[in-house]
Amino acid sequence: MQTTLTVNGTRHQLDLDPRVTLLDALREHIGLTGAKKGCDHGQCGACTVIADGRRINACLTLAVMHADAEIVTVEGLAEGKTLSAMQQAFLDHDGMQCGYCTPGQLCSATAMLEEARAGRASHVTEDLEGTTRLTRDEITERMSGNLCRCACYSGIVAAIEKVAAE
Amino acid sequence: MRPFDYHRPETSNDALNLADEEAAFIGGGTNLLDLMKLEVMTPDQLVDINRLGLDQIDEVSGGIRIGATVRNSDLADDARIRRNWSVLSRALLAGASPQLRNRATTAGNLLQRTRCPYFQDIDAPCNKRVPGSGCAAIGGELRNHAVLGTSDHCIALHPSDMAVAMRALDAEVIVRDAGGGTRTTALVEFYRLPGDTPHIETTLTPGELITGVHLPVPAGDRQVYRKVRDRASYAFALVSTAAVLRMENGKIVSASLAFGGLGTMPWRNEEIEALLTGEAPSNALFDKAGEVLMKEAELREGLEFKKPLAQRVLKAVLTEATQ
Repeated sequence: MQTTLTVNGTRHQLDLDPRVTLLDALREHIGLTGAKKGCDHGQCGACTVIADGRRINACLTLAVMHADAEIVTVEGLAEGKTLSAMQQAFLDHDGMQCGYCTPGQLCSATAMLEEARAGRASHVTEDLEGTTRLTRDEITERMSGNLCRCACYSGIVAAIEKVAAE
Repeated sequence: MRPFDYHRPETSNDALNLADEEAAFIGGGTNLLDLMKLEVMTPDQLVDINRLGLDQIDEVSGGIRIGATVRNSDLADDARIRRNWSVLSRALLAGASPQLRNRATTAGNLLQRTRCPYFQDIDAPCNKRVPGSGCAAIGGELRNHAVLGTSDHCIALHPSDMAVAMRALDAEVIVRDAGGGTRTTALVEFYRLPGDTPHIETTLTPGELITGVHLPVPAGDRQVYRKVRDRASYAFALVSTAAVLRMENGKIVSASLAFGGLGTMPWRNEEIEALLTGEAPSNALFDKAGEVLMKEAELREGLEFKKPLAQRVLKAVLTEATQ
């Protein structure tokens, strides 16, 4: 099936079996191996990418469903050789050990800050109609879709707190 | 994953005309594609319903209409839902992860399949997956299984949080058929108990498409959703309770309660609601409600914990809602 995917601003013409997930299209057909295949069932978040501004699990969606979407992967977060604020904060706060979950954590955290700025509530938000303040509890709840088997959570949360405060 | 044909129609009629008996409609796909990878579900066609214009939330006379493909995250975030149907926002925010909620749809959430591990294991007998093959859960390892509405053929739990809140809110499912006709079905009539046909989970038939959900103006302004799970976030409910209450002069004048983690469908027990209505809140009253809730529970080995847990959650929810 002929499909056009727009990833990090570049259009890619692809001929894909409809079974190909967005994750496999990115990794195997386009060669962007930043998004990782962890569980392949939407449980770990290592495959998180940003589609039209929203973080999603690339493993649980078909590439052919995203023909009109703007996809951003971890490769698209930096501006040239300048890391994004979130990427730099992960480095500064040791937000990783093996690094396998990091691309998903970075995409997830980047989109999460936008959700919070837009006033989206979370499970731990006290008042559904109040303002959103990114406390540690809010950050951990909002990042619960990204697992880190090295358990670098304290560094990840510190990095996100730093960027959220800027 | 087994091969399938993929279609992306622009109208509901085209979607219904394209779909054959073995087709599946796909909205977010977060549950369907997961099960297709496991070959638990093997549709021969996927009909993508994301271009049918079913992604709107509209105020209608007597309530609000939620389109079938409204994402769970957008529904939870809608200002009208947050204000007037807050129990629904709370239930949605308690479910899955942000990434999944950004894809998962209203209709897909209603139709999500059980997380019974034997249903997901194609080497295990399962009457829901292969009718007549038996039930590996009965006599197996139990935790996320039902204790209400079960049968000798199936004890699979309905896993949704959203549907529990909708059950308490008297939601109706709007269904369209290939002839262009529509019908509206209360959630209680939409779901079927497993009985001896656990593979038939709803009254939806091939050739029908959910186009939306209607929520009436809520019967109460005191709304609470509480969910207890094995970890603090991103896990299915062991027990959950949705409450929609109204109080006047220190008495409960209206009570609508629905339960997750207990039933083979989102559970509601009108005997509890009758017991509470007209009464002043008290611990004794809430304990009685808990007795009524669990009196017919089938507490198989491994599920005994659900009785005290459900009763304590109900008591906590009623206490909070009546304060």
